[in-house]
Amino acid sequence: MAPIVSIKNLSKTYDGGHQALRDVSLDIEEGEILALLGPNGAGKTTLISSICGLVSPSRGKITVGGFDVIDDYRKCRALIGLVPQEIVLEPFETVFRTVSFSRGLFGKPRNPALIENILGQLSLLDKRNSALNQLSGGMKRRVLIAKALSHEPRVLFLDEPTAGVDVELRKSMWAIVRELKRSGVTIILTTHYIEEAEAIADRIGIISDGQLVLAEDKAALMGRLGSKQMRIDLQTPLEQVPDALEKYELQRTEDGSALTFTYDTQGDRTGITALLNDLGSEGIRIRDVQTSQSSLEDIFVDLVKEKS
Amino acid sequence: MNLQAVKAIYVFEMSRTFRTLLQSIVSPVISTSLYFVVFGAAIGSRIQEVDGVSYGAFIVPGLIMLTVLTQSVTNAAFGIYFPKFIGTIFELMSAPISFLEIVLGYVGAAATKALAIGLIILVTATFFVDLHIEHPVWMLVFLVLTCISFSLFGFIVGIWAQNFEQLQLIPLLVITPLVFLGGSFYSINMLPPVWQTVTLFNPVVYLISGFRWSFFGNADINVGISVAMIFLFLSLCLGIIWWIFKTGYRIKT
Ligand SMILES: Nc1ncnc2c1ncn2[C@@H]1O[C@H](COP(=O)(O)OP(=O)(O)OP(=O)(O)O)[C@@H](O)[C@H]1O
Ligand SMILES: [Mg+2]
Repeated sequence: MAPIVSIKNLSKTYDGGHQALRDVSLDIEEGEILALLGPNGAGKTTLISSICGLVSPSRGKITVGGFDVIDDYRKCRALIGLVPQEIVLEPFETVFRTVSFSRGLFGKPRNPALIENILGQLSLLDKRNSALNQLSGGMKRRVLIAKALSHEPRVLFLDEPTAGVDVELRKSMWAIVRELKRSGVTIILTTHYIEEAEAIADRIGIISDGQLVLAEDKAALMGRLGSKQMRIDLQTPLEQVPDALEKYELQRTEDGSALTFTYDTQGDRTGITALLNDLGSEGIRIRDVQTSQSSLEDIFVDLVKEKS
Repeated sequence: MNLQAVKAIYVFEMSRTFRTLLQSIVSPVISTSLYFVVFGAAIGSRIQEVDGVSYGAFIVPGLIMLTVLTQSVTNAAFGIYFPKFIGTIFELMSAPISFLEIVLGYVGAAATKALAIGLIILVTATFFVDLHIEHPVWMLVFLVLTCISFSLFGFIVGIWAQNFEQLQLIPLLVITPLVFLGGSFYSINMLPPVWQTVTLFNPVVYLISGFRWSFFGNADINVGISVAMIFLFLSLCLGIIWWIFKTGYRIKT
């Protein structure tokens, strides 16, 4: 199946000369939830804005649903809903009117029943006639989501939907995202919370300094997470790892005072018992043992550090 | 073209008008009534007829133009500046619409509002003076064309403005003086010859003169020239809009 969003060799240099995106290529499949992670200023918003027509790319090609974002912008944008990072709303308008406005703007005929339905899903129905400046921050963010959904988009961009949102609301936001996925909407969201990406994404992309450093299935990433390290401190430093222990692929520290063994927690056998037995028969005496697990956060930090 | 979008913008903008009815309609009507009381009744009773028309009636077209011009420019300028200022313009820029729909929606709403105010003032004026309109169709043509061209102009101002000072600068420093000096309260024949020539560089003179002709059948300037001037101004504004559309001036990054 052709990807719903296809980005090829996208670069963006802002007028001031700052290069916000460097040669980004990425395909997004229909129906998936892609989470984009990256530090402040990495280029996440610039990437989303380029797809949605808010930023003109300096180089590269983007298509949505097979339509080019520039040559076929009308057909392309009709498929897209965008929830911006910043909360921007007409302060004195009512919730219902502002959401209806969005629907009209995207060329769809009036449909009050549908709008009410969306407001209901987002628990905003009782606020439908309230002025926007009388809503709380979390409600305003949900109004932005309602606006983006008002024209029944096939692809939804959520730029930091849970920034400044309490735990309760964050959980309900995740539920909304999952519900949307079930109805067939493709979702691209940016976040600074790794656990958020872990919780809802199918695929995780990491952007650092304008480059897409990784875009991988969450399951595959989790597989990497499944591995654990066991660090074995020795009574006496080893000059080199004995040949008999070669099959364990042990890492020796510089001074030889410790060995690190990497094993898969999900396997039937971790190999720990065998290793300890073999260490004993080699006459190697153990002073201490500790195990650790790399989290997505570690992978993330490593990748970002590597790049800068 | 995305007509639904034009309608959405138009309806949304008009609803703002109704929400702020007092400020958007009542206040221009009150201020014009004050002009009638002061200039028409108090001072006008001591002024002889101008071009065979009582002074109170003579100032009606000028007063309507004064309000219509300022309202067109400020409404259209504010209409597009506000979303730019609070950031909701992102939605317009990411919608499946071109600049054309945006202009039609915003300028259409601003022009409608200015036209409504112009007509309300006209009706108000009949409470103060006897009015007979010689060429009602031409009167409407002048009024509608003025509303459209100056709303376009206001739209340009709104796109150009980067802060509230700039937004108010043009109506305050350009439109109001031009209208006052454009013969709203006098016939340019009343001026010394040198000033008559200077006045001819004021585009508003042609508007007011033509508009006044539609009321009373005589004018300072040939009506044909007035009509030509309006179209010239309209084309100029359309040209600038087209250029903004092509270059994305002050809209796109
Ligand atoms: N309109 C602009 N003009 C010039 N530079 C810009 C503009 N918008 C963003 N930038 C720069 O581009 C870079 C990427 O910004 P972007 O907003 O895409 O980052 P981000 O990943 O969304 O960050 P955050 O997590 O803080 O939202 C930053 O260095 C920023 O300063
Ligand atoms: Mg951002």
